[in-house]
Amino acid sequence: MKKAINLSVNGVSHTDEVEPRMLLVHYLRDVLDLTGTHVGCETSLCGACTVMLDGQAVKSCTVFAVQADGSQITTIEGFAKNGELHPVQEGFWEKHGLQCGYCTPGMIVTAAQLLDRNAAPSREEICHGLEGNLCRCTGYQHIIEAVQYAAKKAGQS
Amino acid sequence: MTDNYVGRRVKRTEDPRLIKGLAHYVDDISLPGTLHVAFVRSYLAHAKINSVDTGAAESAPGVVAIYTGKDVAEKVGPVPCAGALPNLKVPDHRVLATKKVYFVGHPVAAVVATDRYTARDAADLIVVDYEELPVVTDVEQAAAGGPVIHDAFSDNIAYRLTSGEGDIDAAFSAADRTVKQRILHKRLAPIAMEPRGVLARYFPGEEELTLWSSTQIPHLMRTQVALMIGMPENKLRVITPEVGGGFGSKLNVYAEEALLGWISMQIGKPVKWIETRRENIQATIHGRGQVGDIEVAFKNDGTLTGLRYSVFADLGAYHQLLTPAIPTLTGLMLSGAYKIPAIQMNITACFTNKMATDAYRGAGRPEATYVVERGLDLVAAELGMDAAEVRRKNFPAPNEFPFHTATGLDYDSGDYEAALDKAQQIAGYAELREKQRKARDEGRLIGIGISTYVEICALGPSQAMPAGGWESATVRIEPTGKVTILTGTSPHGQGQETSFAQIAADELGININDVTVIHGDTAVVQYGIGTFGSRATAVGGTAVFVAIQKLKEKAHKIATHILQADASRVAFEGGKFSRQAAAASAAGTSEPVVPVGQAPAGALPDPDTEGKSSLTLQEIALEAHIAKNLPPDTEPGLSATYFFEPKNFTFPFGTHIAVVEIDRETGDINWLRYVAVDDCGRVINPMLVDGQVHGGIVQSIGQAMYEEVVYDEQGQLITGTLMDYAVPRASHIPHFELDRTETPSPVNPLGVKGVGEAGTIGATPAIVGAIVDALAPFGVRHLDMPIKPENVWRIINGH
Repeated sequence: MKKAINLSVNGVSHTDEVEPRMLLVHYLRDVLDLTGTHVGCETSLCGACTVMLDGQAVKSCTVFAVQADGSQITTIEGFAKNGELHPVQEGFWEKHGLQCGYCTPGMIVTAAQLLDRNAAPSREEICHGLEGNLCRCTGYQHIIEAVQYAAKKAGQS
Repeated sequence: MTDNYVGRRVKRTEDPRLIKGLAHYVDDISLPGTLHVAFVRSYLAHAKINSVDTGAAESAPGVVAIYTGKDVAEKVGPVPCAGALPNLKVPDHRVLATKKVYFVGHPVAAVVATDRYTARDAADLIVVDYEELPVVTDVEQAAAGGPVIHDAFSDNIAYRLTSGEGDIDAAFSAADRTVKQRILHKRLAPIAMEPRGVLARYFPGEEELTLWSSTQIPHLMRTQVALMIGMPENKLRVITPEVGGGFGSKLNVYAEEALLGWISMQIGKPVKWIETRRENIQATIHGRGQVGDIEVAFKNDGTLTGLRYSVFADLGAYHQLLTPAIPTLTGLMLSGAYKIPAIQMNITACFTNKMATDAYRGAGRPEATYVVERGLDLVAAELGMDAAEVRRKNFPAPNEFPFHTATGLDYDSGDYEAALDKAQQIAGYAELREKQRKARDEGRLIGIGISTYVEICALGPSQAMPAGGWESATVRIEPTGKVTILTGTSPHGQGQETSFAQIAADELGININDVTVIHGDTAVVQYGIGTFGSRATAVGGTAVFVAIQKLKEKAHKIATHILQADASRVAFEGGKFSRQAAAASAAGTSEPVVPVGQAPAGALPDPDTEGKSSLTLQEIALEAHIAKNLPPDTEPGLSATYFFEPKNFTFPFGTHIAVVEIDRETGDINWLRYVAVDDCGRVINPMLVDGQVHGGIVQSIGQAMYEEVVYDEQGQLITGTLMDYAVPRASHIPHFELDRTETPSPVNPLGVKGVGEAGTIGATPAIVGAIVDALAPFGVRHLDMPIKPENVWRIINGH
């Protein structure tokens, strides 16, 4: 019944036997113990579970682990490199882009993809890009400013 | 005291773990051998349970145990309600349904299995034979003699209450005019991004139980759960790890929390339950849920003479912790920011076949502010006055504080006109009105809404609270000079790990990185009340502040002894006690007395304090722990605990101005401006205050324009997912223009008032006021929330 999968998560290769129905988010959290990716709605509406899958921000609560076989995944735990925060992480800290922090990993992943596609987004473009991610604490304004900070920072480097 | 930190925009110490994905919420904690729990919940709103067939589930692989209402009814006590109103009907609320189910989502059985998938599968194998009963979901129908929900009672009215002061009948008969409006406050779902969750671990040898729960009130929950499961309170430990938002929904004691603890005791293994979002919308408390009639009496010049609010409160099927108390909070705040000589509130609170309502951000106060502010708009419309001017006319002046209201409160301090002036100035109010006139001439629909709110915070004096209104703090300086704060509050996003450290760092003259704030563990932290009601900084922060003063008194005594000086000649400045105040001018952070890596193994180093003219706090902390050179009759150690009991609530206030333009073709409501001037007393960290205000306003935007928990006539929950329940997204918000006035509160030595709920209380009337104002050319004076483009389009197009 179980199926073997092989995938790379944050640059580390993993081979595991999983039930075909196991969701990617549960594989990441329960098998690999990467609990930074959160579950907020199980229906791909809140975005708390967003991870990068082969360069695309996807909601890992509606992807089966077996569908990720052979892919490269980056979770929030893989964003800081050699102790250096990713510019988006830095932006969230600088601009108070988080309160309870539960939506934050998904927000950061989505924002990073947004900036990958558009290095200097307008406020409207940022808002549109974040539409798939819910935050109940911040009211979004500081998140928008965090993304603007990251865009500016990345533009300078 | 220095002010290196307080009042400044200090980045949060909480954030690194959160932005790296390294924080631990309940579901992130794994214990070996953990079993998972899934619930069978009623899909009917009202039914008799004929039987629960668990046979197929019991024989499913991986299933460890199944519990139904019959199994636990006599073992686990009822879900608690802290309401203490005269003649309140309190239904017997068991952790699992026994004979009947009363709402969709009512838990009927719990399945324990080896993993969450297996538990869910097995739950689906349980067959409940229901006999449907008549349903009542409409609160007025419930009051008027609809089907009676609870057999123990003769009707659905949980309580009636009339409150207020002044001669209300005289006020109305003497008025020049009156206005009256029916106003709906739809049910809202709090939607904390982290749903609820519980992990329970029983230690059979120690006979101790640990509960990790996503709660706002670890200590109150410990007391209540101990009573529910019959466990000595000192054998129960509640830990709130990271908590992903609450907004009042986790200011409660839920059936699942006690049941998981009890199950772990039966099985002897850790058990975990993580709420799904569907369960969260079904079976975590809702907010609001009032249908009321507001009547305002006034003179022709706009002076208010009386206000009456008669309301049906939709409590749901059962009381949760504070369910019956919430409508009474509405009654307290019906004077708003105005002088109103006579006020009356009439509550008819009813049971319905729905989930319980309880404290959702604002908890009864948004309803009050909303009806009062809508009332003021109606008065303005009736008299042809400007909405701002009718408000200004009725403000108490700054020298009238403490201001006694006809709802029985004494507002602490305020300058309402200053906040209104500032907001009008930032918005360019006069120009906005001019722009609106011109736009109307062109057929454009621009609306300006204004709200001059006041709210009640820092809950509160214990006399006015169901279970204590104080808050506690312990501050201690460790032998190495590091400072540890234990707070009885339970922050879950508010940032008190940072703001309390700011207070401590300034008071002790040390670096903020040398302060750690610990909360949310009943085995570590002295008893506390928790985080809700915008109380954490005003009450809990004050406890920290006063504990530090006590600690400094002791440190001063030790310093005086070691420096062999007169107490009066030893002063504290810049983190040092100096023999002569003048000699201590070299202020600044002192070096730790024990450099890292140089501490002798197994022993504390010898203090080297002889012959010095000044001592750092760190040196005194070491002396206090070595205890070889302390003044006579001095306890060793350097720690102080304080329980702060506030003498009054605090009353933050402000003015919000919303400006919208309506698209005539689509009915879409587009933002032009949003200006908020809030006064939350003294500000510890302006960045955190802005964040609270933003978040609160967006929850108001949700209520005003998007959110509504909908049950159909059969009690089916129509808005059961985030697809149907519309939480605002980033594209739904205006750019907020925030400012402040700062009127310190006399209630606490910090002068802080609280800000957690201001946005949800102050903003809805401004937003609705703006939309109504935009539609004034169509004769609109009031619209009920949520105001959707469809409603607006129908008004414009006469459908």
